[in-house]
Amino acid sequence: MDTGVTAQSSTLTEHDERTLRSVFAAYTATATFWLLFATLVGVIMAYKFGAPDFGAGSWLTFGRLRPIHTNDTFYGWASVALVGLAYYVAARSSRTRLYSAKLAWVGLVLFNLAAVAGTIALDLGYNDGNLEYREWPGPIRLIFLAALLVTAWNLIGTVARRTTEDIYLSNWYTLGAVLWTCIIAIVAILPWYQYGLGQVSVSGFYMHNAVGMWFTPLALGIFYYALPKLLSRPIYSYALGVFAFWTNLVFYPIIGAHHFLFSPLPWFLQTTAIVFSVAMLVPVWGGSANFLLTMRGRMSGMAHSYPLMFIFVGVIGYLIGSTQGTFEAFRSLQEVWHLTNFTVGHSHLTMYGFVTFAIWGGVYTLLPLATGKEPSQLGLMLHFWMALVGSFIYIISLSVGGTIQGLDWIHGKPFIESVADMQSYWVWRGVGGSLMLLSHAVFAWNVWRMIFGAGANASLDNSGPAQGAGA
Amino acid sequence: MTKLMLIAGGSTLVYAVLALLMGVLPGIELSNTPPGPGVIPLTALQAEGRGVYVASGCSYCHTQQVRPLQQDKVFGRPSAPGDFAYQTPELLGSERTGPDLTNIGARQPSDTWQYIHLYNPRAVVPQSIMPAFDWMFEVVDSAPPGVTPVALPKAFAPTYGVVVPRRDARALVAYLSALKQPPFPDAGAPSISGTGASSGAPASATAPTRTGGDDAAKGQALFTATCAACHQATGEGLPGAFPPLKGNPAVNDADPTQHIHVVLHGLQGTRIGGILYASPMPPFGTILSDADVANIINYERRSWGNHGVPATVEQVAAERAKGN
Repeated sequence: MDTGVTAQSSTLTEHDERTLRSVFAAYTATATFWLLFATLVGVIMAYKFGAPDFGAGSWLTFGRLRPIHTNDTFYGWASVALVGLAYYVAARSSRTRLYSAKLAWVGLVLFNLAAVAGTIALDLGYNDGNLEYREWPGPIRLIFLAALLVTAWNLIGTVARRTTEDIYLSNWYTLGAVLWTCIIAIVAILPWYQYGLGQVSVSGFYMHNAVGMWFTPLALGIFYYALPKLLSRPIYSYALGVFAFWTNLVFYPIIGAHHFLFSPLPWFLQTTAIVFSVAMLVPVWGGSANFLLTMRGRMSGMAHSYPLMFIFVGVIGYLIGSTQGTFEAFRSLQEVWHLTNFTVGHSHLTMYGFVTFAIWGGVYTLLPLATGKEPSQLGLMLHFWMALVGSFIYIISLSVGGTIQGLDWIHGKPFIESVADMQSYWVWRGVGGSLMLLSHAVFAWNVWRMIFGAGANASLDNSGPAQGAGA
Repeated sequence: MTKLMLIAGGSTLVYAVLALLMGVLPGIELSNTPPGPGVIPLTALQAEGRGVYVASGCSYCHTQQVRPLQQDKVFGRPSAPGDFAYQTPELLGSERTGPDLTNIGARQPSDTWQYIHLYNPRAVVPQSIMPAFDWMFEVVDSAPPGVTPVALPKAFAPTYGVVVPRRDARALVAYLSALKQPPFPDAGAPSISGTGASSGAPASATAPTRTGGDDAAKGQALFTATCAACHQATGEGLPGAFPPLKGNPAVNDADPTQHIHVVLHGLQGTRIGGILYASPMPPFGTILSDADVANIINYERRSWGNHGVPATVEQVAAERAKGN
């Protein structure tokens, strides 16, 4: 392998560049479609909390839209966008071309096929047991698994072709994410150990691992590449990044049962999950500190760079969202917050404040480098502020409302009062959600500008891996 | 290449072991949990109803897990591992936007109520935000023989014809009616809420304190939580479905004995004002203490223009001691 280093590096052709650019752009574009669609569904649902008879009929009923919203956000938007970024980062940081453009296209088709089929199936009522984030019928989840396998193969092949000595840290996270998630998908789909309470324990495992071993490492992989790129300085500590990688790997898979505290799952399983939820502070704080220290002394310049601001919000979202998750795992706080809307606020703080902002930061940093076309400052500004303010309103209203909901129950009020007390908070949630939807429309416009807009097409980025990639 | 093997292969191996330990092995072990005493499989129609429940996404708002916490006692006894033996897919849920349904078949045994509520929840619970599942019903000129039309209040009924449930609705209601917690073996007689009690005290036949029973605020809260779904906050009930308490002879009777008896032991097939009410009322004696029964009864006797003589805790205790 090493002998071919210089040869391969010099054989990066214009064709390879074009291919990588097209793959990255196509993944981003289809993901953006799913973001718009899933958010629209979310806003319709938010409206129903105030006007429950709005959107009558089976195909617009809440119980069918809800899994469509979550699954399309997870597997249409975030997964596809993150895989597109992972391809770009893998090829660039390894100073090579994609192992196989064909596989990348096959993967893209499979991801989107699964999302389309899954959406239709769920709307027709083909829901695999209301088991959160694995509601798509089995065959459709197999399509998604096939997309994962193709992606894993292609990313490994790309990194194996690298012309650098080291494997850049970002690729640790993204390679790990796709490989681990293949295992998660297989564990979730095999039926033999999923009867009754056995399935409850698998649900706890799946629910949290699908988030924490897939979206989290992929998004962290973006931070590790985009931050040094934007700041032209290496990541603060490479070793800390490696440390966070292994601790995240060992601690995260153990915390799933904290979704079922006070359930009939064995008490020791729940307690173990709580203990490791606390242990998760190690990789979370370690990783966050690493990113913030990389940005040290450069905060004042941040106002001039929206990509950097998106990433900064993403890092803060990771820090606060994950730390909140640890606290929610304590029995004393679960007693108040579990089963309330507080949980919905938490999942938006993490999937939106962390993962989605990370994707945006990555796309705004890297897509212009790939295509040579920039979005307008106005578009960036509108997107950033509407998304930030919208999600802020969303999360605060559900966190406060959810706390009141939980306290109503503890105070033994008639159940319907906990519904009535939420009304004004649900209105504010709808306001926040609408702002988020508007910001996504602006994002779609920005993506259009970065792919099809007029721009200096010549300035293709060819500068190789991020600073501090050990190269 | 070795580096790639170490990072990708090594971490995947570690993850595979952890997935086995935290996902598969607990799954194998817990899948073999034997059914608890009295836990039985669903009938074919009930199982079909469970399918409708899943297809409609009911469990995104309704949990089926009662936690061993004070605030969950209104929903039944704490869920036990043996309760889930025949529950695949599991429907424990993660949100409680609506109430827990673990024991709804006992808490709300009336099919009449379930059909009205399913057709449009706001017909019985004005503040409800649950979707209407009216596509599970059809409007016909007259109900076919053997089918009872849904007893909708005027404001929610179609202008002509009657509403009858389709198969989906019948299966779903059959499933909801089957959701009853079998009592723990040492918990005595079957109860609509297991060993729990909304007041924090179990059936207080043995409770030493004979005080209270005239707390108006508590009476109103208990009425809202326990009675209003059928008898309505106005006390007027639903014509043809649930009898009114406003002007009800038993509620206005100077002797509260019959009123107490109905709350403690339930009622079915009563005739008030010439109208027959076929829908069953569950017994509340097992989940309400004597004081709370008195609180509710006295709230009903003083509200909506009623002028019944208040009941005392002693009278409730005496009625309870007599048995059904």
